[in-house]
Amino acid sequence: MNALLQVVLVVWVNLRTVPQRLGASLAAMVGVAGVVAVMVAVLSIGEGFRQTLATTGDDATVIVLRGGTDTEMNSVLTLDSTRIIADAPGILRVDGAPVASSELFVIVDLAKKATGTDANVPLRGVQELAFEVRPRVRIVAGRRFEPGRNEVIVGIGAVEAFSGLDIGNELKFGNGIWTVVGHFSAAGTLPESELWADAKVVGPAYMRGEIFQSVYARLESAEAFQPFKDALTSDPRLDVKVEREAEYYAGQSRYITVLVQTLGLLVAVVMGLGALFGAFNTMYSAVAARTREIATLRAIGFGAGPVVISVLAESLLLASVGAVVGAAGAYVAFNGFRAATINWDTFSQVTFGFAVTPELMLLGIVYALILGTIGGLFPAIRAARLPVATALRAL
Amino acid sequence: MKYLHLIWRSLMRKKLRTTMTVLSIGVAFVLFALLAAIRLAFSMGVDIVGADRLIMIHKVSIIQLLPISYLEQLRRTDGVVDATHATWFGAIYQEPKNFFPQFPVEPEAYLRLYPEIVIPEEQKAAWFADRTGAMVGRKTAERFGWKIGDRIPLQAPVWRNKTSGSAWEFTIRAIYEGREKGFDETNMFFHYDYFDEARFFGEGLVGWYILRIDDPQRAAEIAERIDAQFANSRYETKTTTEKAFLQAFADQVGNIGAMLTAILTAVFFTILLVAGNTMAQSVRERISELAVLKTLGFSNRLVLALVLAESVVLAGVGGALGLAIGGLLVKALGSSGQIANLLSVFYLPPKDVLIGSALAVALGLVCGALPAFRAMRLRIADGLRRT
Repeated sequence: MNALLQVVLVVWVNLRTVPQRLGASLAAMVGVAGVVAVMVAVLSIGEGFRQTLATTGDDATVIVLRGGTDTEMNSVLTLDSTRIIADAPGILRVDGAPVASSELFVIVDLAKKATGTDANVPLRGVQELAFEVRPRVRIVAGRRFEPGRNEVIVGIGAVEAFSGLDIGNELKFGNGIWTVVGHFSAAGTLPESELWADAKVVGPAYMRGEIFQSVYARLESAEAFQPFKDALTSDPRLDVKVEREAEYYAGQSRYITVLVQTLGLLVAVVMGLGALFGAFNTMYSAVAARTREIATLRAIGFGAGPVVISVLAESLLLASVGAVVGAAGAYVAFNGFRAATINWDTFSQVTFGFAVTPELMLLGIVYALILGTIGGLFPAIRAARLPVATALRAL
Repeated sequence: MKYLHLIWRSLMRKKLRTTMTVLSIGVAFVLFALLAAIRLAFSMGVDIVGADRLIMIHKVSIIQLLPISYLEQLRRTDGVVDATHATWFGAIYQEPKNFFPQFPVEPEAYLRLYPEIVIPEEQKAAWFADRTGAMVGRKTAERFGWKIGDRIPLQAPVWRNKTSGSAWEFTIRAIYEGREKGFDETNMFFHYDYFDEARFFGEGLVGWYILRIDDPQRAAEIAERIDAQFANSRYETKTTTEKAFLQAFADQVGNIGAMLTAILTAVFFTILLVAGNTMAQSVRERISELAVLKTLGFSNRLVLALVLAESVVLAGVGGALGLAIGGLLVKALGSSGQIANLLSVFYLPPKDVLIGSALAVALGLVCGALPAFRAMRLRIADGLRRT
């Protein structure tokens, strides 16, 4: 009998007896499913946060801050500087006007729906062309704010996460009362967490005078970035830092992503160890239950190899079923789950959805298969080493 | 006690299985310890904060500043025993990833309001005497290898200096520790007088006020009175207890507590199945032995108790092992490396060790309940027939 056939036969015989050990097999499967589900779920938080920030930027959009600062929160630009920046070469022009928006970035306290406690919600003061700079921003309900009036529009992420942002509601901050007049979407990107109003009214309300914090501008093309940057950084009248919007936001996701990944992997490793011990138990008892069967097979001429493989196959089967269940469970329960957290770089809230990506699910399944291999290997070796004569005599 | 040996022998019947089960339970408690430390790290010290302190911030948000003139008014307010202020400095040491918080404060008053800060007397005097002196937390000092007398250059993007732009320099005069474990030892404090004189703009403005009140029971009433006092001024205020302030701050990160509870529930449910399955299997294999015990005159209840005790011992040993290893792991992670740099507070609180121990016993009882019940109901004749 050839070796391959032997393997197939022994594996088949073994797998058919799995239902007899249903309790132990289920325990091992649930163990693996738990590990995969928790690991994928935790990592999906970091991934969702990263995606929200990473997709915010556009290569043809730039942000200009004061030199030496790394976030809008810290930056200060005078009115003169913002004019010089808007006149720089490379900025897209529509009807002769540069597609640029000098902006303010401040915070307003609003209650978080999930906890009822106050949270720092970002309020952006923008100029008219902000909508041209960020073409993804679309009004989905209501209308845009009217220039010069105390009106705000709210991103749909913020509407969902914080109380009191329905259209028609009034908010009290700065030195006036503001009316919510519209809701906007931004293809899942960061502005969805923000409140927008006219920079001309936000400035005085926050006593900022003729001062801005950043300039966002749309370039003629992604390639226009370098000449644009060189023109600004070599201008003696300015002290600025020029970044592509994409790079600026990708940098902000680093702290949270690293934190979540570190903690998530730590939890996954520790939990995996627990599942491994559970799998050992299941597989050792499976081998014990099959002692006579294995001895019989060996006695009639089956090799040790097929026996080892049959035990490994059982272990891998349990692990992969568990892994698929766990990964699917994490997907159903958490994909798109909305949450809000603080972005330490700007000290303000970001709303985002958990992202259970195919890569994360695959990672979980691969991890489970590694656990299954280790969990089956030692019991398999024991099975192969059973002394045939004594084993046949076993109960 | 005389049955201890019997329980021990039952557990040692299959050493490998017992070991694996203890280890898998142990792992669950390692995780429990880790998650307890993580939860604490994200709670911003809410658990240890003094109940008699209030925080007053600008009504719109914490980034708006308040005038220094409020200080005298606050000190005169009925119910307020002491008051001081602090401001977010937000400077960078060498590069942004070396983040740690810095605050200009009034040194004497700040130490009065925060008796949790412990420094040697001579360091205290040296700090008070040096206008450009700073006091840093032990953890930050260790992280960058700073010693008393070192000069520390910082770049402040917001608070420019009149003479040197964004560059500021401080001399370390004191290194503080927290009186209690869990107090943030990563901050740096320096003289407000120096800050106010040197800063380019914002003279006379501070970030927030910290007040001590005479009676924590009256916190809500005093806070309301203070806010009414400043209502309709250019700078309206919002006063809350420090605890509520920190809680709101912790909630900004997200509902960490709920998330960790969800993870732990999944872990314990999994372990419950694994350990429960082991116990059930172990009892199944010993049916005839149990029947013999009953024949010898062991009562049904005693058999129930024996099986339950076996399960509790299993879970107890696993739990103790897990909590011990978890405690060591947390200690190792909290003292250096990536986690220590990302989280300012990372340790296992004694309260959670107690909760963990209780959980281990509960786990043992739940896992053992069904098999024990089956063992109790076992009829001798049935048990002996099955071989």
